[in-house]
Amino acid sequence: MDETINFVVFSGTDDKLQALAVMTAGAAALEKKVNIFLQYWGLRAFTKASIDADHGLAAEAGESGRAAVDALARAGQASWADTLRMAKELGQVDIEACSLSMDLLALEESDLDPLVDGVEGVTAFYLNAGDAQIVFI
Amino acid sequence: MADQQVDARGLSCPMPIVKTAQAVKAMASGQTVEVLATDAGAVKDFAAWAKTTGNEMVEQTVDGGVYRFVMRKK
Repeated sequence: MDETINFVVFSGTDDKLQALAVMTAGAAALEKKVNIFLQYWGLRAFTKASIDADHGLAAEAGESGRAAVDALARAGQASWADTLRMAKELGQVDIEACSLSMDLLALEESDLDPLVDGVEGVTAFYLNAGDAQIVFI
Repeated sequence: MADQQVDARGLSCPMPIVKTAQAVKAMASGQTVEVLATDAGAVKDFAAWAKTTGNEMVEQTVDGGVYRFVMRKK
């Protein structure tokens, strides 16, 4: 069984990125390799200009969801970016920016937060993904 | 007395496991780590982590909502 997990991250709201970070850190603790491919608004959240900003929540969160997320943050929950940093220290986590989305957002590699390891196209993503499962967020 | 301590009380998933994995990574084979956690998923998560990574669960107790695990690095 291939123990790699591949996440394609399209969404850039803080709740979905928190879910990504939790899944990634858990996989890293289980010694599974994780590949993350950042597209569209997911990629935008990983820019130096944006990573520490408020990225909002998915529409279904509503006001009560916002309050619940804020309460967990006040209780000391690590941010998604910090959780991903921990996951990268712990295990094998490779984060790549989708080259098409780089063009879409008019980004240079120097615009990206150091969490991002590089830029690749969809072909390289599939090559690295191999036969392992792919999860789209 | 375990060789290492991880106090993960008050931390939500997956931080108890992440902090434990960090500690175990720095330990030598055969050393033990004692973990305290309050996350409701801790019992199943630590069992799954031990099974998947091959590290051994030596002790497991619960006291007043605090879970205590002792694990030995493989």
